[in-house]
Amino acid sequence: MTAKAAGRKRALIQVLQDIQDRYHWLPPEALERVADVLGVPLVQVYGVATFYKSFSLKPRGRHICTVCLGTACHVRGGEAIMEQFERKLGIAAGETTPDGAYTLERVNCLGACALAPLAVVNGRYHGQMTEAKVEAVLAEAEKDEVS
Amino acid sequence: MTAYRAHLLVCAGTGCVSCGSFEVRRALEDEIRRRGLEREVLVVATGCNGFCERGPILLVQPDGVFYQRLKPEDVPHLVEEHLVKGRPVKSLMYVPPQEREPVPLMKDIEFFKHQRLIVLRNRGRIDPEKIEDYIAYDGYAAAAKALGEMTPEGIIAEITAAGLRGRGGAGFPTGRKWDAARRAAGDTRYVVCNGDEGDPGAFMDRSVLEADPHAVIEGMIIGARAIGAAQGFLYIRNEYPLALARIGKALEQARQNGLLGKDILGTGFDFDLEVVRGAGAFVSGEETALLASIEGGRAYPRQRPPYPAERGLWGKPTVINNVETWANVPPIIRRGADWFAGLGTATSKGTKIFSLVGKIANTGLVEVPMGIPLREIIYGIGGGIPGGREFKAVQIGGPSGGCIPKSKLDLPIDYESLKTAGSMMGSGGMIVMDEDTCMVDIALYFERFAEEESCGKCAPCRVGTGVMARILAKITAGDGTAEDLARLEALAASVRQGSLCGLGQTAPNPILTTLRYFRDEYEAHIFDKRCPALVCKALIAFAIDPETCIGCQLCKKACPVGAITGELKKVHTIDPQACIKCGICLKVCPAKVHAVRKTPAVAGAAGSPTASTPTATPEKTGEGR
Repeated sequence: MTAKAAGRKRALIQVLQDIQDRYHWLPPEALERVADVLGVPLVQVYGVATFYKSFSLKPRGRHICTVCLGTACHVRGGEAIMEQFERKLGIAAGETTPDGAYTLERVNCLGACALAPLAVVNGRYHGQMTEAKVEAVLAEAEKDEVS
Repeated sequence: MTAYRAHLLVCAGTGCVSCGSFEVRRALEDEIRRRGLEREVLVVATGCNGFCERGPILLVQPDGVFYQRLKPEDVPHLVEEHLVKGRPVKSLMYVPPQEREPVPLMKDIEFFKHQRLIVLRNRGRIDPEKIEDYIAYDGYAAAAKALGEMTPEGIIAEITAAGLRGRGGAGFPTGRKWDAARRAAGDTRYVVCNGDEGDPGAFMDRSVLEADPHAVIEGMIIGARAIGAAQGFLYIRNEYPLALARIGKALEQARQNGLLGKDILGTGFDFDLEVVRGAGAFVSGEETALLASIEGGRAYPRQRPPYPAERGLWGKPTVINNVETWANVPPIIRRGADWFAGLGTATSKGTKIFSLVGKIANTGLVEVPMGIPLREIIYGIGGGIPGGREFKAVQIGGPSGGCIPKSKLDLPIDYESLKTAGSMMGSGGMIVMDEDTCMVDIALYFERFAEEESCGKCAPCRVGTGVMARILAKITAGDGTAEDLARLEALAASVRQGSLCGLGQTAPNPILTTLRYFRDEYEAHIFDKRCPALVCKALIAFAIDPETCIGCQLCKKACPVGAITGELKKVHTIDPQACIKCGICLKVCPAKVHAVRKTPAVAGAAGSPTASTPTATPEKTGEGR
């Protein structure tokens, strides 16, 4: 994954994205390797990895639940949906369940405002969400085959 | 080429895809094959039509019949009736709010009728994954003209004469930017497309990239020729997977057709484009921050001047325009500056795409001529507020913009009028709010957003947005004082003046406009400890009306904290101490019963401090679960 970017400092973000896509987080060993191969100081690799929101320095759950809290979702009750996910999963936004099954995240707009309020679970979009639908959405996710 | 008697144009924008338009397309293809119509009827997946509220959408051409909210199970009936028997299916057509009769034709639907499509001209009529479709509608004719017949100076003169201004926010004249880059010293120059559309509530750039990626590429080829760039970059948000896929495919096709790479169209001009995926930082939409991100670093903005047109990527002159601006370029070159300048107002030319979202009947993307009154967009195209509620405000321009109240509904929408009203064009997100929206809560929402997205480089933005958010949180919790308003105003002025980049400089706008137009709501929170819209949890209470409660137990079962007691068929009650004011009981209470009521909290009532925590302090949301 890092080979094609060897020595190319500019490729740092793209390489981290590839790693994130594959492992769903950035393991420390991977960051050290990236620093080596690209010839970028490790501090800079960490600087970039912590700056951008799409990178995670902690392992994420097998199922990813994202609740959109863009303005359109906010005015249509997105916060209440987030709170219901928090209650059902027993974790706060940004956390992963202790068994490593679920990670709950917030996002500031996915640009699908007609579907507000919106939740995305394992890549599937659930529009016009209600608190009552949360349970069914989670039950559906449970059936997904995920690594 | 096969001539088909009918084209079925299935919308494949993100909105429709999320509602299942690919399943509808598959059902259509299956049904057409089953009936042996595949030589007569062609199914095409198009880009976003804009009327996302009604997805999945199907347009039948050449009839122009518009079907909406389709499900795969509707398909056999639709094909049988419309395509075999020639009888359009009324039950699948659009019925305007408050009306009973469906409107069969797309061109007669209010949402589409008032629009003027330039940037979105190809939406819903071409397959964005086929370059042939784009070319069939004069695609790349402008590039051929610019490269073959025009001088770089001539191209810039045309763009300048057209009066095109940046569609990403500030509205800087595009021609002047290009001219500055062309005149800047050095041999290497770059063009960049800003597709880091981070404003919550705005999705026009995503839609353009999804519906007509070649228009953006063509615009960039012309821009590159004008300033003398051999390389360009498209920086696109990672949250837009479909847009990334479509632009990737479009680049490949453009290269195969000799429209990118060496010696484009045999004119000796070399130019190529590379896609850079954003990594999730609102500040990377700021031009200098975006350039830092392309260079592989953190997206920190820097002081301007020097502007990127003089010193941009790797210190070289760089023209950076947003998606919508680039997509405006080909029609201007093809049809001429005079045509474009004939649209819009004295200072704002052409059209602008707005995303109409929030408490509005017709959510979606609309392209309208500059200068159109706000009222026409909200009530004409948008169909007004759903549920018989009253319009309160529209928030324009995202976290940098401001709220425009009802009294300004006749405001013509252009760069200058919006600025005078305290808002800004921004990227064109319009979030409509009704009487159930609390303006203090909205200001808090935006200030929290700004605090979270502040990159931290300069103190006024990093610290100031946080302090403003805390003051607002205090007000929504019912603990505000008269001095807080003065403090907010003073802080807002400092943050505006002292911040390094646009994010910080405009971050106080949501506060300043709500203070200007909705000061009474702030005062109600502070002096009366009352939230007029009944939104702020610390200032509201839920109660069950014993007169109307039928004891159905729905609310009792739904309450996540067991705060509701009552036996079957007996009146239920809510324990105010245990209630977390999530509002679920109100939503599950049957509409015809309507026993659960939201009321202002009684002053001094117990429970308000605990109830305020979920909205007031997000960092504590993990507690007690």
